[in-house]
Amino acid sequence: MSTFVGLYNYWIVIVLMMAGLYTVIAKGNLVKKVIGLNLFQTSVILFYVGMGKVEGGTAPILVHGDGAEEVVYSNPLPHVLMLTAIVVGIATTAVALALVVRLNEAYDSIEEDEILEQDPTT
Amino acid sequence: MTIAIDVFLMALLVVAAIAVIRLRSLFAAVMLTSVYSLLSACWFTLQDAVDVAFTEAAVGAGISTVLMLGTLSLTQRNEKGGRGGHPILGLAVVLLTGTALVYATFDMPHYGDPAAPIHTHPIYEEYVHASYDKFHIPNIVTSVLASYRGYDTFGEVTVILTAGIAVLLLLSRAREEEGPPS
Repeated sequence: MSTFVGLYNYWIVIVLMMAGLYTVIAKGNLVKKVIGLNLFQTSVILFYVGMGKVEGGTAPILVHGDGAEEVVYSNPLPHVLMLTAIVVGIATTAVALALVVRLNEAYDSIEEDEILEQDPTT
Repeated sequence: MTIAIDVFLMALLVVAAIAVIRLRSLFAAVMLTSVYSLLSACWFTLQDAVDVAFTEAAVGAGISTVLMLGTLSLTQRNEKGGRGGHPILGLAVVLLTGTALVYATFDMPHYGDPAAPIHTHPIYEEYVHASYDKFHIPNIVTSVLASYRGYDTFGEVTVILTAGIAVLLLLSRAREEEGPPS
């Protein structure tokens, strides 16, 4: 039982990550693929933030006054790294979506198979 | 109680992710992605990551949804479900990778374990107990982000600038070809 509670978050994160990976491979629609990449990225963020949690801890904002010595803080380092990851993730998503718009202008389709059919080089 | 909320939110995330994969209407899929981001923001609050939670709520549930809806209005609204993808290959890869990852989790420290290597490393002491005397910022995440890892944040801003330039170049080229030369 303690193994289940201790590792439950990791398993769900793996399920979400695999859902994202499956979407990227199995779907031919380009917007769907971008959504899949987003799912994948969010699962990595969930993984890191979950690791930063300490049993009985609180948000890493310093408390002053009585009993401040006994306060346990969750680890702030994964939070900082994941803040950067979220912002970089939105930047890459924006470029991917701009590419999708550009492909739609050129081929009038956002389906991978239709684009490949029209492209004479493949 | 916290464990119960944790289990419930994580289960909802899985349901949202599966619904996103199965939906043919891209509009509905994008809206569900937004719900997914909001659910993960709730979960971040539960993990004491309040800064990550409000960034995810603003960026993941807000800006990312707006960008995707903009893309849908410029392209198509529905997924055709043609033979563009590789479902069988995808399933095989996902099952294989998933099994390997689950096997790897048995070596991981348990959730919330105070003896996990991440909490016993000296950097934790430095950030939590020494940062206030150096920078006088009560929020540790802020002092790490802006002071200890300031160059990192600067690099992040550079990435956003590069992405902005790339988006502008891609979209302005499309407009030039469409309209009359000026």
